[in-house]
Amino acid sequence: MRNKFIAMFLCVLFVSVPLFAHHGSAAIDTSKKLALKGIVTEWFWANPHCFLKFDVKDDKGKVVHWAAETSNPSDMVNLGWSSQSFKPGDEVTVTVEPVKNGLPIGRVDQVQLANGQILKGRVVF
Amino acid sequence: MLRRKLIATTALFATFMVASVLRAQTTAPQRAVAATDQKAAPAPRHDISGTWDPGNNGIQPLGPRNMPEDGKPEHQVPYTPLGLEVLNTHKPSNGVRSVLPGETNDPVVYCDPQGMPREDLYELRTTQILQTPLNVYILYEFGRIWRVVWTDGREVPKDPEPRWFGYSIGKWEDDYTFVVETSGIDERTWVDRAGRPHSADLRVEEKFHRVDRDTLELTVTINDPKMYTKPWVALDKLAFKRQPPNFDVREMICSPSEFAEYNKIIGNPASGKGTQ
Repeated sequence: MRNKFIAMFLCVLFVSVPLFAHHGSAAIDTSKKLALKGIVTEWFWANPHCFLKFDVKDDKGKVVHWAAETSNPSDMVNLGWSSQSFKPGDEVTVTVEPVKNGLPIGRVDQVQLANGQILKGRVVF
Repeated sequence: MLRRKLIATTALFATFMVASVLRAQTTAPQRAVAATDQKAAPAPRHDISGTWDPGNNGIQPLGPRNMPEDGKPEHQVPYTPLGLEVLNTHKPSNGVRSVLPGETNDPVVYCDPQGMPREDLYELRTTQILQTPLNVYILYEFGRIWRVVWTDGREVPKDPEPRWFGYSIGKWEDDYTFVVETSGIDERTWVDRAGRPHSADLRVEEKFHRVDRDTLELTVTINDPKMYTKPWVALDKLAFKRQPPNFDVREMICSPSEFAEYNKIIGNPASGKGTQ
C-alpha cells in the first residue's frame, strides 16, 4: 500500500514537469531567447557538447565573453555543422537560451553567419 | 561566332574549376543514408552482418525508446522496493529527475563505460556487426567499443568476474532471428540514461531480427528479479537501416580532458560552481 502511494506520488511529480531535450535543461532558462551579435573567439568541437565562444559588445561598448553549448559532434554533423563551421574572427549572430544564474553562458538555438546562412542547433527526436 | 563560343566555354570551365575547389574545401562529413520507400530485397539467412544505422531513434535521451522516464503510466517500470531505493541514488543530468550538470553522478558523463544494456539504450548510433564461425562481433560508435557474442555453444561462466559489458552467448532462433543472452554485468552500470538500476543478477535478452536485406530490428528485454517485479521490454523492434559497405563510422569518444574543458567553461559556471 505504501509502495503504491509512493509510486502514485512520483507519477504526479513526473507528469507535472515538462519534457527536457537531449542534454538536460535544469540550468537553462528556456523561456528566454537572446539574439547576440559578436565575434567568434573559439569553436570547441568535442564531446559531451561542442561550444562556441564569442565576444559581444554591450550597449556601453564593454566586451562580454559569451560561451554557448550545442549538442555533441555526431548530432551536429547530422544538422550540417562541422569542426570547420567557425573560426576566430567570424562575425556571427547567436540565438541563445541563457542560463538561469545570469552568467554569459547558454545553449545555442541557432547561429547566423555573416553571409546570412543559418545553422540550426536543435536535434529533433 | 567562334570567339563568342570560346569565351562562353572558357567562362564555363572557369566556373567549374572554382566550384570544384569550393566543394573540396567544404566537403561535409559522411552522413547516414536514410530509408527509402522502395521494396527491399529479401533477408539473407543466418546473417545480421553489416553497417546499421538507427537514425535519431537510437539517441534515447529520456531512457529506452519503449520505456522512457516521461511520467506516463505505461512507461512506469515495475520496480521492487530495492529497485526504487537504488534508482533514487542515481542522479541523471537529463530528464524528469535531472540535477544540474555539476551535480550528476551518471558514470557515463564521467567517461565510465556504458556497459550493457546501456550501450543499446543510450546514444545507440551507427553499429557494425561482423560474423565469424565462432562468434559475432558488435562494434558501437559511442565509445568506439565492441562486444563479443559467442556462438560456439558455450554457457556463460558460473560466478563470473563482473564485466562492464558482461558475457554474451548467442544462437539462431530461426533463420532470421539471432538471440543473445548477456549476464555477469558489473553493477556500476546504469541500465539507461534515466538511471534505472540493476543488480549482479541482471540478464539481458537481445533479439536481432533481419527483416529484409536493408532492415534489422532489435528488441531488448530486461530481467532482474532483485530490482523489477517482472521482465520489461526496453526496446521493441528498433529499426536499423543498412548503410553502404564503404560507410565511415565517426568516432564518438568520451574524453576526460574534453569533459574537464566543458565543465570549466559551461558545466560548472552554469551550476553555480565557479566562474569561467
